[in-house]
Formats: sequence, structure tokens, C-alpha cells
Amino acid sequence: MSMLALLGRELRLSLRHGTDTVAALLFFLVAAALFPLAIGPAPETLGRLAPGIVWVCALLAALLPLERLFGADYEDGSLDQLLLCGLPAGAVAAVKAAAHWLVTGLPLLLAAAPIGLMLRLKAELLPVLLAGLLPGTLVLSLLGTAGAAIVLGARRGGVLLPLLVLPLAMPVLIFGAGAVEAAATGLSPRPHLLLLAAVLALAAPLCPLAAGAAIRAAAE
Amino acid sequence: MTAESSAAPGGFEMASRAAMFRPVDALSSLATPAAPKAPGRGLHRFANPGRFLRLAAALQPWLTAGGLILTAAGLVWGLVFAPADWQQGDAVRIMYVHVPAAWLASAGYLALAVCSVLSLVWRHPLADLAAAEIGPVGAAFTGICLATGSLWGKPMWGAWWVWDARLTSVLVLFFLYLGHIALIRAFDDPTRGYRAGAILALVGVVNLPIIKFSVDWWNTLHQPATISLTGAPSMYLGMLWPLALTALGYTLVFAALVTARTRAAVMERRIRALLMAAAAREDGAVPVAA
Repeated sequence: MSMLALLGRELRLSLRHGTDTVAALLFFLVAAALFPLAIGPAPETLGRLAPGIVWVCALLAALLPLERLFGADYEDGSLDQLLLCGLPAGAVAAVKAAAHWLVTGLPLLLAAAPIGLMLRLKAELLPVLLAGLLPGTLVLSLLGTAGAAIVLGARRGGVLLPLLVLPLAMPVLIFGAGAVEAAATGLSPRPHLLLLAAVLALAAPLCPLAAGAAIRAAAE
Repeated sequence: MTAESSAAPGGFEMASRAAMFRPVDALSSLATPAAPKAPGRGLHRFANPGRFLRLAAALQPWLTAGGLILTAAGLVWGLVFAPADWQQGDAVRIMYVHVPAAWLASAGYLALAVCSVLSLVWRHPLADLAAAEIGPVGAAFTGICLATGSLWGKPMWGAWWVWDARLTSVLVLFFLYLGHIALIRAFDDPTRGYRAGAILALVGVVNLPIIKFSVDWWNTLHQPATISLTGAPSMYLGMLWPLALTALGYTLVFAALVTARTRAAVMERRIRALLMAAAAREDGAVPVAA
């Protein structure tokens, strides 16, 4: 089975379980809508907090579908089949990460613009926010895939997963929100975005490797 | 799946299973190590739990006593006799508690990562146990580092906590330790827990250089390193000596705690194996490895 065929299978599966897929997006919208109600609708406060709110909510929303990323395959035995299909375990994990990003990261990225505007983020800062979220959500998908593979078969895996992934995702949050902050104060967001790209360049080969080792250990 | 994974881990499990089938002379048979088959397998000589227990029992009093004496001597020297700082006054004495804890927090994670490599690559059974036991000790030292740093920060910076790069990266280290502790104990099959924990520990290693270089890469409130291995120390020798003593003492205490915990873990496994063998004998059933 080629990687493309595997990706097609993952996308078809998430399409058929549409509600699971939309749930993460809905969580993102609802969680972000809580903040104006909690801290008050004053535009200047809200606008200043908006990048942080969007980033934190995107981070948490991206975690939601992770438990099912390998969970269903692990339970019904498909994971053993995937490991026998001729692809290295790392490639299977990379495809899973790509599928997670296409199904969760990309919709979050698309929803971030209207959410940012509703949180009174200045319109000229939106491109910077999205430019940060693009590598950011990719890194989150990669880290999340590694985390989901590591907790495979654990008791309370769903509770453990955020505890493992969130600390590792902190640099992404720092640079992503920092880019918008820099642009808002008239500085160049370039260094922050380059650092985000560097994190992505590090995570892209290493996370699938770690996830591959973990699913192999889980299927032993 | 379960049968395969429980059969995988080699020497240690084999030894405990041998103990299950021959419970009467189990302890004596474990205590006499088999001669290593091939030279150059130095690492796996210590996979024999009997050999490890004897070595660790011989080391334990030296580690414990040395660690306690050196730490006490260094702390008394640092907290009472060493000079106060011209700028910070007596508050500088927190350094003798804080700095060694911070070193040990990072060094402990490095040890955890080394154990994880041993566990993943060579499936070394003692590395599994050691990794599981380093976690809580390392988390405790990181906690001491964060708590004393906070106490030091209040008089010096005017705040218990600032979100600069050094403090944040050490906080992430603390979370990584806690995540590792929770993960390695979250599996019904302990071997699965060791694998998952080892992978997580290796993923978290990226944080170590970030901690080390955070004070150089970013403009932090936390001061950059005063002591380096290569350059001359930019620190008064009357302060450096007690610091070196406490650092050595902390290291020995860390090693003593990990050794004691690992010995306890080995014995716990042995007791469990003996109990299961006894239960199987009472039932008259064939002992089932679980």
C-alpha cells in the first residue's frame, strides 16, 4: 500500500465519521467565544489578547481528535495490518500526521481568521497570525501523532495525552503568539516565524520516527 | 500480543521466571551469576539481577553516607561561613541549594535519556527499572530547583516568578518528568510502559540544550552561566568551594536515591514472582507468566 493510498483511506474514514471531525472545529469556535464573555468585550483588551486566545484554543482543539488517531486501528487490529503493509512504521505515522493536519489543522487555520476578527484583532495582523498558524498547526499535528502513538494502550490514555503533548508544544505557542506580538509593536515578525519553521524542520523527521517506534512497540 | 511482549525482555524476566519455577533455591540461583558467554557484552553483565543487587548493596552505604556528609558540609560552609555577596548580601546563599539542584535536574534527565537508549536499543532490563526510578527523583530535584529559585527571585527580582526563557524551559523539564512518571506507570504490561516512557524521554531531550543555552540565546532576567568547564571561574574561590562540595554531595544523594529505588524495584519483582509461583503451586496449576 502506498502512502497516498493510506492517506486516502484515512481521509475517507474521517469523512465517514464527520461529527468527530467537526467536533474539534466546534470546540475551537466555542472555546474562543468564551473569552469575550469572560474578560469583557472592550476592543483594546480583547484585541491585545486575541493572538494568544486563538493560539491556545487551536492548541487544545488540535488535541481532541488525537485519541482516535491510532485508537480505532489499534482496537480492531488494523494497526497490525498497516505495519505489515510494507511501509515502514515511520511512514505510517507520517501519513497519520498528514491526515490529522488535513482534517483538523487546516480547518482550524481557516477558522482562525474569522475568530481573530471577532476577537477584535487588527485586520493587518491577521496575515501574521495565519503565517504563524500554518507551520504551528503542522508541528502540533506531528507532536500530537507522536503523543498519540506513545499513549497507545495505556490506561487513561486520553488524560495522559495532553499532559505529554502540551509541554512539548509550548515553544510553538511562544513563537506563534510572539510573531503577532512583534508585528503589533512595529517589529518584524520574521525571526519568530523563522524559529517556527525551524521547529517544523526538526519535528517533521523526528516525530514520525518516534511515533513509528511507539506503534511498533504497541503492536508487538 | 501480550504473550509475545512479555516474552521479549530477555535476561531479567528470564531470571525471574526461573525463580518462579524453582522457588526454593530461587534466591541462591539468582545470586550466582552465570559466566558471560561472550566478551564485550559488558553492559549485559549487569542485567543479571543478582550481580546488580550485590554491587548496589556494596555501593549503597558509600553513596548515601558520602552524599549526606558532603551535602551537609557544603551547606554549612555555604550557608554560614562563606562570604556574603557585595550586591546580593546574604540572599546569595540560596545559590548553594539552588544551583546544584538545577544541575542535577538536567543531569538526571540526561541519565534518564541514556537509560532510555539502553532500554530501546539493547532492551536492557535494568535500564528499564532505572529509568522508571530516575523519574521521581529527577522531578523532586527539579521541584527543589524551581522552589528555591522562586525564593531567590523574590528578593532579587521582586517577583516570585518571571516568564523568561530559563524559568520556562525548566518548568517544561518539570512537566516532562511528571509526564514520564505518569506514562511509565499507565500500562498494564510494564514492558509496554518502559518502551513508551523511553520514547517520550528521548523526544524530551530537545529541551536540554534549550535549558542550557536559554540564557545565551534570549535576553533573560536569569543570569548567564558563571562557571564553565573550560574558562577560569569568574567567581570568588571562597564561594566556589562550598558550591562544588554541595554539587558533589547532591550528585551522590541523587545516585543513592536512584540505587535504593532500583534495588527495591528488583526485589519487588522477585517477591511478586515468588508469590505467583507459590499461588500456582497451591492451585496445582501450571504457572502462567503474566
